[in-house]
Amino acid sequence: MESLHSIILTLVTFLPALGGILILLIPRRDRDIKVFALVVSLFAFVASLHLPVYWHKDPNVFKYEIDTQWISSPNIHYHMGIDGISVWLIVLTTFLTPLCVLISWTSVHERVKEFFILLLLLESALIGVFTSLDLFLFYFFWEATLIPMALLIGMYGHGRRVYAAVKYFLFTMIASVFMLAAILWLYAKTGSFDFTTIQEAINSGHVPGFAVAAPWLFLGFFVAFAVKVPLFPLHTWLPDAHVEAPTAGSVLLAGVLLKMGTYGLVRFNVGLFPDEARRHAPWIIVLALIGIIYGALVSLVQPNLKKLIAYSSVSHLGFVVLGIFSFTTAGLNGAVFVMLAHGVATGGLFMLAGILYERRHTYAISDFGGLATPMPAYATFFLVTVLASVGLPLMNGFIGEFLVLSGAFQAKPVYGILAATGVIWSAGYLLWMYQRVFFGQVAHDVNKTIPDINLREKTALAPIAVAALVMGIAPLVWLSAIDPAVQSLLAPVPHLAMKAVGQ
Amino acid sequence: MNLGSMLHLLAAVQLPLNIVAPPLEDYLRILPELILAIFGMVVMIADPLIDEKRHHKLLGALALIGTVTALASCLVMRGHAGTAFSGMVRVDSFSVFFHILVIAIATVVILSSYEYMAVQRIRAGEYYGLILFCTVGMSLMSSAVELVLIFIALEISSISSYVLAGFRRRDAASSESSLKYFLLGSFATAFFLYGVALMFGATGSTNISVIRESLSAGRPSLLAYVAAALMFIGLGFKVASAPFHVWTPDVYEGAPAPVVGLMSTGPKAAAFAVLLRVLIDARAPGWFWMVWVSAALSMTLGNLGALVQGNVKRMLAYSSIAHAGYLLAAFAARPELGTSPAMFYTAAYAAMNVGAFAVVSHFANAGEKYVTLEDYAGLGAKSPVLAATFTFFLMSLIGIPITGGFFAKFYVLNATLRSGLVGLSIILVLNSAIGAYYYLRIIVMMYMREAREDVPATTVPVAAGLAIAACVLATLYLGVVPSRVLNLTSTSAAEIAGSGNPSVASAAK
Repeated sequence: MESLHSIILTLVTFLPALGGILILLIPRRDRDIKVFALVVSLFAFVASLHLPVYWHKDPNVFKYEIDTQWISSPNIHYHMGIDGISVWLIVLTTFLTPLCVLISWTSVHERVKEFFILLLLLESALIGVFTSLDLFLFYFFWEATLIPMALLIGMYGHGRRVYAAVKYFLFTMIASVFMLAAILWLYAKTGSFDFTTIQEAINSGHVPGFAVAAPWLFLGFFVAFAVKVPLFPLHTWLPDAHVEAPTAGSVLLAGVLLKMGTYGLVRFNVGLFPDEARRHAPWIIVLALIGIIYGALVSLVQPNLKKLIAYSSVSHLGFVVLGIFSFTTAGLNGAVFVMLAHGVATGGLFMLAGILYERRHTYAISDFGGLATPMPAYATFFLVTVLASVGLPLMNGFIGEFLVLSGAFQAKPVYGILAATGVIWSAGYLLWMYQRVFFGQVAHDVNKTIPDINLREKTALAPIAVAALVMGIAPLVWLSAIDPAVQSLLAPVPHLAMKAVGQ
Repeated sequence: MNLGSMLHLLAAVQLPLNIVAPPLEDYLRILPELILAIFGMVVMIADPLIDEKRHHKLLGALALIGTVTALASCLVMRGHAGTAFSGMVRVDSFSVFFHILVIAIATVVILSSYEYMAVQRIRAGEYYGLILFCTVGMSLMSSAVELVLIFIALEISSISSYVLAGFRRRDAASSESSLKYFLLGSFATAFFLYGVALMFGATGSTNISVIRESLSAGRPSLLAYVAAALMFIGLGFKVASAPFHVWTPDVYEGAPAPVVGLMSTGPKAAAFAVLLRVLIDARAPGWFWMVWVSAALSMTLGNLGALVQGNVKRMLAYSSIAHAGYLLAAFAARPELGTSPAMFYTAAYAAMNVGAFAVVSHFANAGEKYVTLEDYAGLGAKSPVLAATFTFFLMSLIGIPITGGFFAKFYVLNATLRSGLVGLSIILVLNSAIGAYYYLRIIVMMYMREAREDVPATTVPVAAGLAIAACVLATLYLGVVPSRVLNLTSTSAAEIAGSGNPSVASAAK
């Protein structure tokens, strides 16, 4: 087990990519490719479970660290390590990918080989983002997620897929260049890309010219992450990308890709520039609040099921940003928890929307109605997922939002009051949508014979429902790892950490 | 000019008049050039002796053996560092680096021409001969440390490429390309020669190291500034940097695609090597703002031009202007910081661009029929491997991780930022973003549009496949484990830029 300890992160990160490369060698028999992709993604999931299971064996802040030189000049290290925040995001990624494979089983029927190669490459890049502790390595993986996702949207998406793919690509690409500039500045002044080295250099004031450059560096990182989150008003690529993306693309996009942005905010914006982050917090919180309310209001009037879910993401991710910049233990814990809960619940909602699309080739809510009669099992899964997303107590959405709201109240009551309206809105648009799709008489005759979900789809949906419940009932399993990471993040300002309430 | 003054001039150039046979070791120092030249002549002689049916394959194989042998002989040359032929040629890790680079480019280009020649019905004899002679010139450019020899090497490579550009002679565009390249190119080399003459006037020598001593001794005269500027114009033309770039799209559009793969990388790399020798090794004065402006213009004009192109060859022509700009940005950085990234960039750019043109030349088919953007529609479904490799090269040109292009751009940006060139860095960054758009258009075409019925699906033949595979591997290698090449470039950079010369950097500002 000891030998595994140092290579486990490498293994988890590159296992999917290796599988993707091996798919190249499989002849074009679609079934074999699907089975192989499923097996690889399940292996990756099992391997990633090693991380939380053996969590407490490692006393360091960053666990399972591996640090070897990759390139000598400039001084770039292959430095990986995870803390309580990143570990769950990795597990979330490996958890969702097999489900993506299952849900794409029949919906993808052209260029199947390429689809699963891209999916597995994307998984590797996503995990890499969460494991990297070298800024260069991080940027490397960050950019590496771009092409697979853009191709997934552009090749396998719906009507306006090309527009959506290019928009997604350009938004993220242009924004992340600002981050690159900031990273290079830090390297020029500290001679290192290493996260911990740079953090120490900044904290001890050994970075020449930092005082002047700090706001710009903060903004450089912030823009790249804010586009990914996406924070209002940089969110416009998201609805397009979601609506056009294939189901698996949407699931990973909402489930994990958006979290790259919030993760970056926590790790780099707060981790490297704690003072700047606090100075800029007010206007960022205002943007987050606008995002919460605006996203919810747009969702309320969406006639398109998938767009509704997409805008609900804007709203939910607003909670995450609010939690992060409330700078309270509760708020940050809640932010991380919302990331996970949103990944599970919204990932599930997109899978459900995809199942419906596969049967009826439409996302328009008005094309449905009374679906509970022909599809009882589907309606049950949908209800569980909607309730999780709404934030019903004992479901995962509740825990995160509650913690964020309590953190926001501590920071400034008005933040909490405004954000709390978002919870009401979300109940409104999701339950209203549920009512229009499932209740009443079957409105259209075609829907009377619509087949209920089959075993494969149940297998894909059951883990979502179980995870949503378990996370809601036993959140401490997750929070016990998250909390120490949050505490060390808040450590530079002890007066705030002390004021916060524990769980 | 009478004989007396001629002799006087020769004496001043330090050519020995009482000619003694140079030691054998001197020949080892130009071994790659010798091998290439011999094989070039053998190819030309064998051409009429081999019957029509087999000559494409046999001559191609012969040329290939020539370049591979020359590549191997670089190792011999490497073992004999030092100057040769009375200080006209210097073998150091800098020249070895560029030798390997340009000969490797020639090898891959020959591979990618192997089937192309038969498809386009081009006679192979002179073609391969000229590629080999062109490579002789390019190799010599990197090891020559004597301005007159540099000029001769430049001409060897240029004249070969003028002819190569016109090889699809049934096509008017190809003839136009050749003529345009020839006229403007001669003009440019004349500028360079004029610069050489003035530099001789200013310093009394054409030897790089003597010039350096003379220039760093005191305040350089006005003449030296003018000389540096004129030489920069000549070389700026060769590397297709703005404002000397106008010829590029037309020439690239008309020339045979594998030749464009060669022209856009080999002579460029060699010209950049000369630029490094002249600007940085010789400590030529006053180049900072020239390079700065040219870099900024090249990036911007190249990328903006590429945005509106419908022909893939023209688009890649504009993209090569933009990449010359990124490269020049590294020149504008402090020499000890910028030289190594510049060298790395030439290597990475060569790998991805030769690869991209190998794909284009294969896909173009007889008479280069399929070269517009629309022709690439649906290639991802029709020829998945070809499309995937092309995507990979385009990703590298954009600068996406796991490709050499990513590291190349990254190192350049790192150098400019560390030199405090914030303005140029911003221009570079903005341009990379613009650039992403038009490369992406090709990817979008290939994967996200319906295939056109009239464009046939193609399978990649062996030699072209090898060429493409070699480029993919090289791009991947530079993108994942760049350390080895980077160590090589930094040792060479130290030879050229000499880290102990801060005065140069401050003078440059």
